[in-house]
Amino acid sequence: MRDVAVLSYAQTPYVRTERVRNEVEMLMPIIDEVVKKAGIPRQEIGFTCSGSTDYLAGQSFSFVMAVDAVGAWPPIMESHVEMDGAWALYEAWIKIQCGEVDSALIFSFGRSSMGETAETMTLQTDPYTMAPLGPDSISMAALQARCGLDAGLFSERDMAEVAARNRRNALTNPEAQLAGEFDVEALLAAPYRVSPLRDHDCPPITDGAAAMVIAAADVARDVSDKPVWIRGIDHRLDCHQLGSRDLTKSPSTRLAGEHAGVSSGKIDIAELHAPFSHQEIILKNALGLDDDVRINPSGGALAANPIMSAGLARIGEASRQISGGAASRAVAHATSGPCLQQNLVCVLEG
Amino acid sequence: MSEEREPVTQIITPVRVAYTYTPGIASERFLRGCKEGKLLGGVCDACGRVYIPSRGACPRCAAPTSKFKELSDQGTIITFCIVRVPAANIDVELPYCTANILLDGADLSFTGLIQGCSFEEVRIGMRVQAVWKPESEWDYSVGNIEHFHPLDEPDIPFKDLKGYS
Repeated sequence: MRDVAVLSYAQTPYVRTERVRNEVEMLMPIIDEVVKKAGIPRQEIGFTCSGSTDYLAGQSFSFVMAVDAVGAWPPIMESHVEMDGAWALYEAWIKIQCGEVDSALIFSFGRSSMGETAETMTLQTDPYTMAPLGPDSISMAALQARCGLDAGLFSERDMAEVAARNRRNALTNPEAQLAGEFDVEALLAAPYRVSPLRDHDCPPITDGAAAMVIAAADVARDVSDKPVWIRGIDHRLDCHQLGSRDLTKSPSTRLAGEHAGVSSGKIDIAELHAPFSHQEIILKNALGLDDDVRINPSGGALAANPIMSAGLARIGEASRQISGGAASRAVAHATSGPCLQQNLVCVLEG
Repeated sequence: MSEEREPVTQIITPVRVAYTYTPGIASERFLRGCKEGKLLGGVCDACGRVYIPSRGACPRCAAPTSKFKELSDQGTIITFCIVRVPAANIDVELPYCTANILLDGADLSFTGLIQGCSFEEVRIGMRVQAVWKPESEWDYSVGNIEHFHPLDEPDIPFKDLKGYS
């Protein structure tokens, strides 16, 4: 196994609607920033991998246009996943493990504001028996929350506390979209949006992009005094059909966590990609995190949910905590699909 | 005893997804130019190449194209295709000729229909000029150009078109 380090990470400020810039214009400054910070000349970065979805842009091959932001001349080795950028990172990590390249640029982007995101997410469900029923992403998450409440695994108060903590943490994150002090009693007095979810249980609609440079140890040690090491990374799937799953658990997260080595040392912080408040509780249980683990110092996906970047952002935010000295060992998690269907877990160390 | 039935081989599940598209700084500049009958190319801050339409970045340098330059509506065919098969959402009478046209002053080609000559006459290096819709119909759209037609000028030699796409 080759040791791989995160050398740099950057993200756009997360906003409700990016009206002025297109995806290329959003990406150019942050790609420039991560390449410069990484200290590897652009032409020497061995591989470029991006994560995005044409369903957010509303046009086919939108990811090809985004390559304009990279500078693909002389020709570069490039790939794309129709997934969150965390999976683009995984592909790049595999490429380094295979010995094909020693460094990689990863980026992801999306403007959720242009479409009707909750309804668009219906299209990722089974097209024959489920999508025609039209369940949107919030309704599906509400089914999951209802299952957890009925099973006695958490209460609506627990969910409100998760939301309040994330948005309080976001006060220290200048790039977060929703930050503030919220009173749990006041949150609980609000009406349901889709029962049992209230507005605070749901993520904001966010436009944004993120970028990262990683490198194998020999390169990383040359260019960085303080590389953040990826000690383990793994991703697993649960069944596509919601009806075939126990929605109160996340076996794929548990398995990915085991394979990534979460339990082989003390975890200081966790950045969990939980777009809905109750999902953070399910993830915390699946990863077996102790109560003293600080969860989502960045504010998490409840403070900014740039679809296709929110998972990569968790890994980036965790790496920032380590390089800033606030943590020495962190777990970062990314999710994809309805109700935490697919999960990636990454363990980082200073 | 199970009843013999025809297998279900097809279902139709209509999907509609609506978007409010915002084009970004560079593309907006280009579209506003179209509305005024101008073809605006983005100029790379680093290498000076001119892209039309520009999405805001030079794909070679990854540098911004922050300046704009008005280009001629005359150009040279660098490749073309005679289309004889229908395609969804393309409302042009078959057969038709579509071409990549290198506008004078640009470093990236622009797509347009070629009319005003027989298909047999269309060739790489041929000089063409845009035929615009009446000004009253101009919108924020490349559709303001109805088609390109031949110019009575000598062809550009193939060697001078190498490297452009």
